[in-house]
Amino acid sequence: MEEENDKNPETTVAPALISVHPTHKFVSAAVGSDLRVFNLQESCVVTLADESGGHKDSIRAIRYSANGQLFVSAGDDKLVKIWATDSWRCIYSVASEKRVSAVGISNDGMFVCFADKFGVMYVVDIEDHNVEDGVTVIKKGVPILSHYCSIITRLEFSPDGRFIVSSDRDFKIRVTVFPKNPVNGAHEIQSFCLGHTEFVSCLTFVGSQKYPLGLLVSGSGDSTVRLWDHTSGSLLDTCYVGAQAEFLPSDGKEEDILPAVTDLCATPDGSLVAVAIQSLPGLMLLRCNQSSKTLSVAKVVSIPGETFIPTSIGAASSAPVLWMVMGASGLHVSESASLARVRGISGFSTSASESLDLETLVLEDAEIPGGELLLQTLQGKLSIGKEAFSAAAEAVKTAMRNLLIKKQYSAERREFRKRGRNDMKGKQ
Amino acid sequence: MMEHEANANPSHSKTTGLPRKRFYRARAHSNPLSDSHFPIPVSPSQVDYSVHYPQLFPSPDKFDGSKSIEFADVGCGFGGLLISLSTVFPESLMIGMELRDKVTEYVKERILALRASNPGQYENISVVRTNSMKYIPNYFEKGQLTKMFFLFPDPHFKEKNHRRRVINLHLLDEYAYVLREGGIIYTMTDVEELGVWMNSCLKGHPLFEAVTKEELEADPVVKLLSTATEEGQKWRMLNLVPWNSGPSCPFGQEGGGAKKDGNGEGKELVEFSLHFPPLEHLPPFP
Ligand SMILES: C[S@@+](CC[C@H](N)C(=O)[O-])C[C@H]1O[C@@H](n2cnc3c(N)ncnc32)[C@H](O)[C@@H]1O
Repeated sequence: MEEENDKNPETTVAPALISVHPTHKFVSAAVGSDLRVFNLQESCVVTLADESGGHKDSIRAIRYSANGQLFVSAGDDKLVKIWATDSWRCIYSVASEKRVSAVGISNDGMFVCFADKFGVMYVVDIEDHNVEDGVTVIKKGVPILSHYCSIITRLEFSPDGRFIVSSDRDFKIRVTVFPKNPVNGAHEIQSFCLGHTEFVSCLTFVGSQKYPLGLLVSGSGDSTVRLWDHTSGSLLDTCYVGAQAEFLPSDGKEEDILPAVTDLCATPDGSLVAVAIQSLPGLMLLRCNQSSKTLSVAKVVSIPGETFIPTSIGAASSAPVLWMVMGASGLHVSESASLARVRGISGFSTSASESLDLETLVLEDAEIPGGELLLQTLQGKLSIGKEAFSAAAEAVKTAMRNLLIKKQYSAERREFRKRGRNDMKGKQ
Repeated sequence: MMEHEANANPSHSKTTGLPRKRFYRARAHSNPLSDSHFPIPVSPSQVDYSVHYPQLFPSPDKFDGSKSIEFADVGCGFGGLLISLSTVFPESLMIGMELRDKVTEYVKERILALRASNPGQYENISVVRTNSMKYIPNYFEKGQLTKMFFLFPDPHFKEKNHRRRVINLHLLDEYAYVLREGGIIYTMTDVEELGVWMNSCLKGHPLFEAVTKEELEADPVVKLLSTATEEGQKWRMLNLVPWNSGPSCPFGQEGGGAKKDGNGEGKELVEFSLHFPPLEHLPPFP
């Protein structure tokens, strides 16, 4: 059973997260229990108003609602906090029985979903939304679906709002009809997207005016990014990203042979998907062709100057900047207990994907929107020592492994993984 | 030849050639939530039918999807039900799903022995070792199954272990997904508390409705169920039909209101107790 072991220091290492407001008003970063928000529009630090004093343990999931009015943060302290972004006050607090691993917000902003480490997804009705002054309203979640005892890694609503998609560490992606009245349960499964051979770590939708239903993109510990028709569950294309980039020298462990995909972010028109990969110092950009339903590697963006392996990435729909954070909390390095380094890439947009030469550019610290004040806010400090980077990379790797990969492999599973790798070579 | 091999094997009965149950004793209960270490097909299209039904699918490449598994016996135990169903529905492919390794091996041996001594028969049944609570969608496509059996599932009495029960509100979502419209779930138990539990889960699930008494009486499976299974004394059964889970489903339109506005008016669950036949009337067990 996935009993949580609080004493194991490695499992308490939490990767740093980043999330960007849909109209590029704010950028948020979570490092351990610390939530940091910067106001890009007014170039100032946001002070959070939370009478309960913020999160008490590592934050595992953050996100903005589609209209940007809400922000949700949740994690190991078993609390889901729902913030109003106009005042940055915590308007709702939801207690979970278990640690929270993923959050989602319905496209209309009326429901917040969260998943716990036992694979149960809960829904919170926030329709009333009538915010009384200064009081955090306590809400309860209602369990509405379950991945049997498999950690749910991500929750994502389809662009048309019809489906809630949940991925887990048992290689599964479940597409469920999101009912009008979800508190009565989400029982109707539309499809399962099956094909990954390791944990599914991240999901995103690609869509455009021409393809309003969108297609689903998933990243996995099997070192692939896959494109799905989520309505039927059929696998449209597989991109073997692990075979196509120069990774940091591996220490010979199995995990390094197949570096896991850790995060995905698509441009608003879905023509470009940025991929963060464990042990890739930089970022991979995939071109997504929605009419031919294919994914292909467009470019590997390397980041000069430092060993920067993003742990989380994000972008607004209104600005062509891809935001990245590398970091972790609970580190056992002398310098400090947590580390976060924020970087940006410009040219992450539609036009970039159409031109043959992608004009993406890694931004210097001075060029970052928000400048030094933003870096100071989100990173906690301006400059970060080199040795801290490698410590963070290792720590995050260990944390991912402990959280997601099964403790032991049987002989058959090992064979299977090997075969997976051979198949991969065959495709190249 | 098979006979000879069987006789040389001390784990098989000398007289029947069938495997002896006592050599396949295993732990009585296993924890379905613990992590598993057996191979799992990545998706239903990867289930190798030539391994399970070699006479019908001589080579793995020949599988064209023309015929797929229709019945699943979840937690099949020693396989008694599969064996009885095999000859009643000779045209349907069936599979038993069992968590315990040794029990699965026993059922495999038992089927092989039956095939050897009854040429042409028992070619439509097989068994797989798996955790049905985790991997049902890896074995069956949407709407593939016509019948699912849950006979005498482990009761898991303690409140905190209720989530280990194979019938619960959330797992029913997956069963409704793999069942075709009009497909049937058969459950049976001799533990009253569990019977009430399974009943209330099915009743509370918007994609299932009760089978009518008439349908029940006309169902050959119901007759068979009173004799085929190997555990229990008296039993109680429920019998329900899932609805279509397509876009036309009323649940989808009403946005999950089925439960709120009086779930399925007029659809009373069929629930009754029967007495099990005396043990000597059970089919011979090796
Ligand atoms: C009490 S026995 C009933 C056996 C058989 N159905 C009968 O009626 O005789 C329950 C069986 O379910 C199996 N089982 C329990 N949980 C399971 C799971 N998650 N997946 C597959 N089999 C399971 C157990 O190993 C056991 O053999």
